[in-house]
Amino acid sequence: MSETLPMLTLLVVIPVIGAAVVACLPRDDERLLRMVGATFAVVELLLTVALMFDFKAGEGGFQFVSQHVWIRSFGISWKLGVDGISLFLIVLTGVLFPLVIIGPEVHKDVKGYVAWMLLLETGCIGVFLALDLFLFFLFWELVLVPMYFLIGGWGYDRRIYATLKFFLYTMVGSALMLVGILTLVFLHQRATGNLTFDVVTLATDQSIASSTARWLFLAFAASFAIKVPMFPLHTWLPDAHTEAPTGGSVILAGIMLKLGTYGFLRFGLYLFPKAAFSFAPLFLTLGVIGIVYGAIVATMQRDLKRLVAYSSVAHLGFIVLGIFGLSQQGLEGGVLQMVNHGLSTGALFFLVGMIYERRHTRQIAELGGLQRVAPLFAGVFMLVMLSSIGLPGLNGFVGEFLVLIGTFVTRRWWAVVATTGVILAAVYLLWAYQRVFHGRPEGANADFPEMSWRERMLMAPLVALIVLLGVYPRPVLERISPSVRDLVAHVEQHSDFRQPAVAAGAAK
Amino acid sequence: MIAQVEPIALPNVEWSQMAPELILIVGALVLLVAGTFRKDRRMATGACIFTVAVGAAAMVSAWGLWQDVGGGAGGARLAVADALVIDGFGVFLTITICSAVILGALLAHGYLVREGLESPSFYVLMLLSASGGVIMAKANDLILIFLGLEILSISLYVLAGYHQRREQSREAAIKYFVLGSFSSAFFLYGIALTYGATGSTNLGFIAAFLGTQTVTQGVLLGGFAFLLVGLGFKVAAVPFHMWTPDVYQGSPTPVTGFMAAAAKAAGFAAMLRIFYSAFGTQQLDWKPMVWVLAVLSMVVGSVLAVVQTDVKRMLAYSSISHAGYVLIGLQAASNRGIAGSLFYLLAYTFLIVGSFATVAIVARKGDNRTGLDAFRGLARERPLLAFAFTVFLLAQAGVPFTSGFLAKFYVISAAVESRSYAIAIIAMLASVVAAYFYLRLIVVMYLAEGQVMAGLTAPGVTDVRPVGEPEGAGGVAVATVVEPKVDIPVGAAIAIGVAVVFTIGVGLVPQPFIDFARHAMLLRL
Repeated sequence: MSETLPMLTLLVVIPVIGAAVVACLPRDDERLLRMVGATFAVVELLLTVALMFDFKAGEGGFQFVSQHVWIRSFGISWKLGVDGISLFLIVLTGVLFPLVIIGPEVHKDVKGYVAWMLLLETGCIGVFLALDLFLFFLFWELVLVPMYFLIGGWGYDRRIYATLKFFLYTMVGSALMLVGILTLVFLHQRATGNLTFDVVTLATDQSIASSTARWLFLAFAASFAIKVPMFPLHTWLPDAHTEAPTGGSVILAGIMLKLGTYGFLRFGLYLFPKAAFSFAPLFLTLGVIGIVYGAIVATMQRDLKRLVAYSSVAHLGFIVLGIFGLSQQGLEGGVLQMVNHGLSTGALFFLVGMIYERRHTRQIAELGGLQRVAPLFAGVFMLVMLSSIGLPGLNGFVGEFLVLIGTFVTRRWWAVVATTGVILAAVYLLWAYQRVFHGRPEGANADFPEMSWRERMLMAPLVALIVLLGVYPRPVLERISPSVRDLVAHVEQHSDFRQPAVAAGAAK
Repeated sequence: MIAQVEPIALPNVEWSQMAPELILIVGALVLLVAGTFRKDRRMATGACIFTVAVGAAAMVSAWGLWQDVGGGAGGARLAVADALVIDGFGVFLTITICSAVILGALLAHGYLVREGLESPSFYVLMLLSASGGVIMAKANDLILIFLGLEILSISLYVLAGYHQRREQSREAAIKYFVLGSFSSAFFLYGIALTYGATGSTNLGFIAAFLGTQTVTQGVLLGGFAFLLVGLGFKVAAVPFHMWTPDVYQGSPTPVTGFMAAAAKAAGFAAMLRIFYSAFGTQQLDWKPMVWVLAVLSMVVGSVLAVVQTDVKRMLAYSSISHAGYVLIGLQAASNRGIAGSLFYLLAYTFLIVGSFATVAIVARKGDNRTGLDAFRGLARERPLLAFAFTVFLLAQAGVPFTSGFLAKFYVISAAVESRSYAIAIIAMLASVVAAYFYLRLIVVMYLAEGQVMAGLTAPGVTDVRPVGEPEGAGGVAVATVVEPKVDIPVGAAIAIGVAVVFTIGVGLVPQPFIDFARHAMLLRL
């Protein structure tokens, strides 16, 4: 643990500095703006990769913890730490941000776009690293602002409606959460005499009466469920995803949805194990509904981007299933699936964005036969899509399979119903692929340009990671596993939940 | 015979304890006299600098008192026959009001020059009204609070009508005067009822009386209600807010900024002191009233702000909702609650003066361009100004790493600590609504000039403009009127700069300011 180099603080601060630098550059030099922005994002990426290599694989606890008292009279400190659950989400954040800064076309005000993106990166990294509830809430709120401006400023036709909806949904969630956080902290102070926002202390003490804890859990869960989004609260997502600019959609789907599932893991299960366990059937049910409902609605979509958006609802349902199944494999799968979904759906949004740039439409009916004119494009699309479906050999399979196995052991019938989601995913994606890429290209589709070098470079890292994680997920799972084991043990210790021996024993 | 009449016992006046208000008053008088000799532009600049210096001197002397009271309630004491109380609370608010004077004066100079109103009397009135506010913050007697209130208000009535050529300004003054006098009458009647119930107007005496006697008459309740009405008017709490939008919109913009900051701080000073300190034992009686005021202010203020198309009116409604948040601290009726309210007032002072400074600049000559349209494309024309305004608006919306976030966090945490969960949740939801209109204004500033953004007036209407279309293509007709350039005077620039640094600084390093508010304890008798 390097005391000399506050690695995690650097991770949080570098993008902000980048945003400030970009904000001071001249407005008109687009190349320069992008280069500078990308430089900061790449430095950030390198740091996250270094973090991954420095991370001790066998340990479940928090590593690289840095703690400084910030507001003493409130017991608030600047406490950051990383464990197996957050590690790969941070790396994912590091990977996706340089791509969205360099990649997609930005039609106006590149400066604002790059600056907001970098600020957004700080928010996301901060949420994943924060081990102090106050700090966590700060970053949680901070994330909203850049995303609001990104959708509102660079989005498509109905962007104002979409931003408003996105903003109101998520803000209402965080409103409840803040009251929940404060209640937790003050009740803890009343019980132990110690005013602190430190997540680890609050989780270890478990000082809250279980009836109160259930309410607090629900206050947190409301916020997370909106962010994920879980079934009846998901309606902001299709609008926000569809109206956001390509880069915004990639980050929204790739990273910001994970804030919700990550919240469930880090704050839901960890702070309120007993309450989380008692509410598990509810969330499992909502997760399964999300899987099936998301898939069916996705099948019906005429707009390619909306289709991908609804597929997110379904995929996130799997992650929720893995989390609340509370088995070692299910949780491992859930964490892995967060990363997988970020890669494959992120890539899908990039590809849909490329289609829109060329054809200025996302209507499936207006596209067709693209495979003939742009075989490489079609190939990449196919690969990414298969990863999203969960084809063995690609990353999506590993995660979904672990989730289903794990949940089957602890919550059989939910897993059984969820399995249909795998089939439905094949239905909507393959059908969409067939309509867009097969057949004879007509009209404007006949002139559909092949992938440019820039686009190939953009997709290359994502495709490589999709294949790599599908073929050799072991190094990743090795790092996730101990933290997940600790979390399950924590839940077992504080609730009536007992993991069946078969699930626990199967863990490596 | 005459010799046998006992001499009137004059109280021992501890002048040094009254340094801040004396400095303000003497400063005002000096300026008034000096102003009769010369009336030119140089004099106007001198008057501004002089006012800033007086405000700073008053602040420094208040800081001296702070050291004196031991950085808190430790050395708190009464002075001048128990009519004044010297405690951390009073000093804190004195400093807050002095900051409003300094920022307000800096902002006013450029405005007065632009509008051709250069005359030192503006600053004289400002200083006098601040002295009234400081008296309210330190008064320990209902009569003295009333005096302070009147000094503050009468100066503000005149200031509101200072831009005589503008009809709205005159209207604002009359409106403010009529309704203000009305509320003063309420306040006075509240004093009378309280006196009837407790036998004194001295806050310490009232507290002692209520601590030992059981008062069951409705007279005291009537006293609470009337005092709350009178002060509720000053701080613009719903349902006593009706004057606010019109007066805020009509008054000269620097006056609006100063009024929003200083009058609110002074009104809350009196309210917190009277209710928390003197009526502390009767919490169960007045807490529900304050609860209702707080909730109504937050909800009505935020919701009505959403439908405003004039930025000044919008900020007026937002200041109403801010009053609701400060009331949460009082409603919590705890040390954390009072500290939260104080912190909120301090943060708010800088935010609101900064915001109105920006509006004053953008309003341009005539002080009329305050519609949302006037802010369109500001980011292109004046990036730094737009950035500063963005900071103020984000902070008011409660975005993290700003003073505004911590202020809200402080009062809400006080509410949760005292188990008022309902008001905490309502406050958070109201802040969601509020955040919506602050962000909307920011979006307007960053839109290119002439670019039309549907949905501004009617939320939810979709924008049909495709992205990437050359800017201005569809909006040319809207922006053909040649607007005068936005000029930023030096004084206003300094005021805005200070406010921005304060807003972000407090957001990043809040500990000293939280300690300051925490130690600014009321002397409870």
